[in-house]
Amino acid sequence: MIPISHLLTLSAILFAIGVGGVILRRNAIIVFMCVELMLNAVNLAFVSFSYAMNSMTGIMFVFFVLVVAAAEAVVGLAIMLQIFRGKGTLNIDEINLMKW
Amino acid sequence: MLIAFYVMGLMCVIGALALIVVPNPVYCALSLVGTLFTLAGIFILLNQEFVAAIQILIYAGAIMVLFLFVIMLLNLRTDEAFHIRWTLPKAVGAVVATGILAQLVSVFSSPAARLGPMGEYPVERLAKDGAVQIVGDLLFTRYVLPFEVISVLLMVAVMGAVVLAKRPAEGPAGEAPAAKAPEHK
Repeated sequence: MIPISHLLTLSAILFAIGVGGVILRRNAIIVFMCVELMLNAVNLAFVSFSYAMNSMTGIMFVFFVLVVAAAEAVVGLAIMLQIFRGKGTLNIDEINLMKW
Repeated sequence: MLIAFYVMGLMCVIGALALIVVPNPVYCALSLVGTLFTLAGIFILLNQEFVAAIQILIYAGAIMVLFLFVIMLLNLRTDEAFHIRWTLPKAVGAVVATGILAQLVSVFSSPAARLGPMGEYPVERLAKDGAVQIVGDLLFTRYVLPFEVISVLLMVAVMGAVVLAKRPAEGPAGEAPAAKAPEHK
């Protein structure tokens, strides 16, 4: 039996690394991947709670989070494609207008 | 089992750190794939083989391939100047991330934190009925409304992506200037 505090600590470490990546990196796609990492950290927390509490609710939430992550990735990458066509860069310091 | 968890957790954290440290976006995506695979391994340790399979199929298989496609389509080289210069915003960012980590860990490991009442799906029942059957039962009984709503969300996302990624046919930013260019010559 893995202690749930260790699982949740791993989840917190992954989440904090994701936050750090979102703040530190400048490439929009890498920022996006850091968001995916944060979603995965939350998934790990859901599965850990399910494991510790003999419940399936967390598992169902994991599926819904997965679908939302897939939808987010699809739409976000399409937006980035358009931004790259319009501006020729994905540096988020230079993408500061909603319209150009 | 605990040792396997620590090994996988360490690999997971190393992959995540590589994601935010490595300059090349392709290597970043590959390190994230490694992190997702080790997370799937941790899910197997937690008796959730189905979630692990879904994790590998959808996350490591589909979503990350999409990311890699876009990275290679846009031909993003190491054009971002990512040298960790400790300017003030980056230092603030690191402090914020460390603060979030400290707060989460202090909550998770505090003696006041308790779990609620136990659920009705112990490991024995998972092994007897099978996790896939339990998930399917729940998905079409108790969670049928979220299931239907999320299918609509998925369809809207696909249509939105198609509309967004389409090149404008006659628009000013599409092929129109390129098509007009030979006429001037």
